[in-house]
Amino acid sequence: MKRSTHQTALLIASSMVSHAFAEPMAFASPTNIFAPVSTPAKSIFGLSMFVLAVTAAIFVVVFTLLAYSVVKFRKRADDDGREPPQVYGSNQVEIAWTVIPVLVVLTLLVATARVIADVQNAARPDNAIEVTAIGHQFWWEFRYPALGVATANELHVPVSDGNHPTPTFIKLLSADTDHSFWVPRLAGKTDLIPNHPNSMWIDPHETGVYLGQCAQYCGTQHAKMLLRVYVQSREDFERWIREQRQPAVVADAVSEGRRVFETTACINCHSVAGTMATGRFGPDLTHLMSRETIAAGAALNTPENLRLWIRNPDAIKPGSLMPAMQLNDRDLDALTAYLETLR
Amino acid sequence: MNATSMTVAETIQWDRPVRGRVAMFGLIAAEAAIFSIFVVAYLFYIGKSLTGPMPKEVLSVPIFYTICLLSSSLTIHLAVSALRRKGVRGFAIWWFATIALGTAFMYGTATEWHRLIYHDGLTISTNLFGTTYYSLVGLHGFHVVVGLIALSIVMALALLGNVRAEHAERVDVLSLYWHFVDAVWVVVFTVVYVIGR
Amino acid sequence: MSSDSIALPRAEAASRPLVDALHGWVTTVDHKRLGILYILYALIFLVIGGIEAGIMRIQLMHAHNDFVSPQVFNRMFTMHGTTMIFFVAMPLVFGFANYLIPLMIGARDMAFPRLNAFSFWLMAFGGFLLYFSLVGANGLYGAGNAPDVGWFAYAPLTSRTFSVGHSTDFWTLGLLVSGFGSIGTAINILTTILCMRCPGMGLGKMPLLAWLNLVMSGMVILAISPLTAAQVMLLVDRYLGGHFFDTQAGGSAVVWMHFFWIFGHPEVYVLAIPAFAFASEIIPVFSRKAIFGYPVMVAATICIGFIGMSVWAHHMFTVGMSSSANTFFVLSTMAIAVPTGIKIFNWLATMWGGKIEFKTPMLFCVAFLFQFLVAGLTGIMLGAAPFDWQLSSSYFVVAHFHYVIVGGILFTIFGAFYYWFPKMSGKMCNETLGKLHFWLFFIGFHLTFDFMHIPGMLGMPRRIYTYEPGRGWDVWNLIVTIGVFFQALGTVIFVTNLLWSYFKGKAAGSDPWDAWTLEWSTLSPPPAYNFASIPVVKSRRPLWDLKHPNDPDWKYE
Repeated sequence: MKRSTHQTALLIASSMVSHAFAEPMAFASPTNIFAPVSTPAKSIFGLSMFVLAVTAAIFVVVFTLLAYSVVKFRKRADDDGREPPQVYGSNQVEIAWTVIPVLVVLTLLVATARVIADVQNAARPDNAIEVTAIGHQFWWEFRYPALGVATANELHVPVSDGNHPTPTFIKLLSADTDHSFWVPRLAGKTDLIPNHPNSMWIDPHETGVYLGQCAQYCGTQHAKMLLRVYVQSREDFERWIREQRQPAVVADAVSEGRRVFETTACINCHSVAGTMATGRFGPDLTHLMSRETIAAGAALNTPENLRLWIRNPDAIKPGSLMPAMQLNDRDLDALTAYLETLR
Repeated sequence: MNATSMTVAETIQWDRPVRGRVAMFGLIAAEAAIFSIFVVAYLFYIGKSLTGPMPKEVLSVPIFYTICLLSSSLTIHLAVSALRRKGVRGFAIWWFATIALGTAFMYGTATEWHRLIYHDGLTISTNLFGTTYYSLVGLHGFHVVVGLIALSIVMALALLGNVRAEHAERVDVLSLYWHFVDAVWVVVFTVVYVIGR
Repeated sequence: MSSDSIALPRAEAASRPLVDALHGWVTTVDHKRLGILYILYALIFLVIGGIEAGIMRIQLMHAHNDFVSPQVFNRMFTMHGTTMIFFVAMPLVFGFANYLIPLMIGARDMAFPRLNAFSFWLMAFGGFLLYFSLVGANGLYGAGNAPDVGWFAYAPLTSRTFSVGHSTDFWTLGLLVSGFGSIGTAINILTTILCMRCPGMGLGKMPLLAWLNLVMSGMVILAISPLTAAQVMLLVDRYLGGHFFDTQAGGSAVVWMHFFWIFGHPEVYVLAIPAFAFASEIIPVFSRKAIFGYPVMVAATICIGFIGMSVWAHHMFTVGMSSSANTFFVLSTMAIAVPTGIKIFNWLATMWGGKIEFKTPMLFCVAFLFQFLVAGLTGIMLGAAPFDWQLSSSYFVVAHFHYVIVGGILFTIFGAFYYWFPKMSGKMCNETLGKLHFWLFFIGFHLTFDFMHIPGMLGMPRRIYTYEPGRGWDVWNLIVTIGVFFQALGTVIFVTNLLWSYFKGKAAGSDPWDAWTLEWSTLSPPPAYNFASIPVVKSRRPLWDLKHPNDPDWKYE
């Protein structure tokens, strides 16, 4: 007695997806949409499993019928050359394969509508962390208005406990063209569109670093507008906030570099809290050294990379809007040394 | 396989629509879709200009010129009817009236735009209202001008004696375009001078 | 009446000077010649678009590759998409429609032959304008000035501020001009089908290809116009200081998206519905059965046409529409799966109980059935909006739409080539080369587009010229690139086959496939006037009636 195609299909679908996509080496990825750690991503994951199961079942049924028909109804070598019986249609059959798909569609619609509501219309608890993300060509500005913090490219949020959730709500704006915030393990993507504020939320349940990148073509260096989200314990997060709120470190040893910074065009684009640099076109550099990467993730934050970035940004990110500063080696060394103190 | 072995019966009754008319409806559908997008943009941007001038401040309702344009639908209809009844002279008179009324409408648009630009300082780049107003009214005006050119060609042919009763169907198809242009004006007028003001 | 006395003898044709012959082609208003011009034009751009794809795939073969710069890569994906949609797929659709429709409805030409020619040359000029960007303005230094804003050219990236120079203008003008050509052709097709059917061929008796092209032309008329309007608005912004999409002045980037996708989604049905038409003609002939459920197929196509105009914002699930708006577009997107599925079932039922012959046209159409099924199912996945919040703008979407356009549409177009080449040229295609083309392309297609879904699910966005190692995307990108070489080889075999068969193919005769529609009742290639006398028909398969006088279709329809 054959197991019904339907049961077989569901078995294949569920085992395929749950085993295939999250675990084995071939699919190991820090940006796997099937390895959610935050409620929006988990809701999407649940829906996607259901949709995959339904579509897999449809696939198995229709594929089998198609395969069967092309094999069974092949013209035989010993064919008598007469035309087969001509069948022009059948109303019952047409009704059947209209009604069943309609029911499938309605089921999928109901399941989908529920997740849309859950994610889009989620209530904002009072203890939510509020972040404003502003998309730029080709970097991310993150401000925590209630906490008085401004940083770039690396977002820090507290881990959220299922019982006492502390989600982070992100308001999405853009300073220039369209961008999209996508960190797959935390949530689906939402676009940053100028003159069209958007909102999203995440509540990661596990600490760690989660990767993502811009997902809406925004120009030449769209590909290197990377994202890092640091999910930290409550204590670590609050320590990070305290450190970020401090004005810039002032070290006499690098006064030469600070002079270079403050007398060249750097201050037109960049901010360093507590100094005369209040530019908003480029990232806030007050705590540059607290970040693991520079150039929106295009390079690790090492002195060599930092020096190269200032001397010739095109070597790291050709087409970025950071100009080559045309500094001589002495000024470049001094400037790099100064920036290295901005912890 | 022999093509002529099929039955050929020239006397079969086989009615199909007239090509020119179907094509004109197709063209009207495409144009309607284009205008719809401009109308949607106009409606969406009502009230969203960041700076003035605002419609209420500068727009005056062009009642007279609207009556001119809408009457031209009547006159063109009379022209076509005249031609069907073999009244070539009547056709020429009503056809000319249509052109005159259409030209009057364009004159009205031209004076209105002159006032808006030089007196009120509203251009296509001033604000959202300017952009959407000149685009929508301008697109319609462009279609009126194209229509006037077509009508004038027919007028010239009529004066040369080349338009006769057997051309009534073709002239009717052209009049469909003119009626469409008038119908679009009804929509544009409502959106710009009634809803948007 | 034999074919020799009607067709122009070859010797006489060859003795005309080349200039004369070319002049004949350039000034032609014959629907058959214009059809062939459209198809040849498309084939040239298929190769160019394929090269653009190849360049991208080589660049993406592994992480941090530097085969091309980001500037060149961004131009490649823009030109590849724009070329393939507007200067390959659309001309192929219009070319076959032009060639076949008058023959299949028993007419001598299209309704407006001169408009037909004018529309072709508009489309051709549009393609020329787009590619002139490579040398226009800044010129060849620095790899030219081709547009790099993506084929959907989102605002405000296309504004003067972010798109300096004229590359975006070449995109806009090229498509604007070819768009007018498309509208002209659509009006022509619509009028031809409604007004020029031969006696006895009521709307319920014309071939499905005619019905489907009728729906397609209606969609072109309603859908290309929004693109035209939006592009005029973009030109107003770029040249007259307008603010339609100027977000600094209160304008809306989302409005461009709405206008573009109101065009963009029906556009894919404009391409897919004629593909369905080819399948609906080829599958019955090679299954030796009438199409199952003709009236339902017509109704389903009309439904697809209507519903297809209401799904556009499923391309915008991530832009921040309200939950009600998102839910509405989920409903309409899922709903369109119903008539589409019905068509697959009807093709299945056509094969059921038949005697299937796997000649090359049928191979391509059978592959189409399987591949279109998968494409439709990944479409349902994308239609579930929250799932789309992950998958949108990723390689999953790229895989999905290539599955539709290549695996669905291009495969049936290949089938159409092999099926109607004998009619157009009088020669049979080489069956061995045809099967070789099929298998190479099939293998390449699946290597590329099956595995392309995976990086999307692992977080790889689209339109990136390079990617980070350690994301788990490398091996899949490599496999995807390998598939391209198989497809390229298959295409080379295809073109070789066309050329070889044109000169050396076996004579085809008027009806090599023992088919049933009117084009097979005249010579191969048909004379300029198509039919010696206008046929009169009584059923949907006039040649079946002639071949089976004791069992004609009109007794059962």
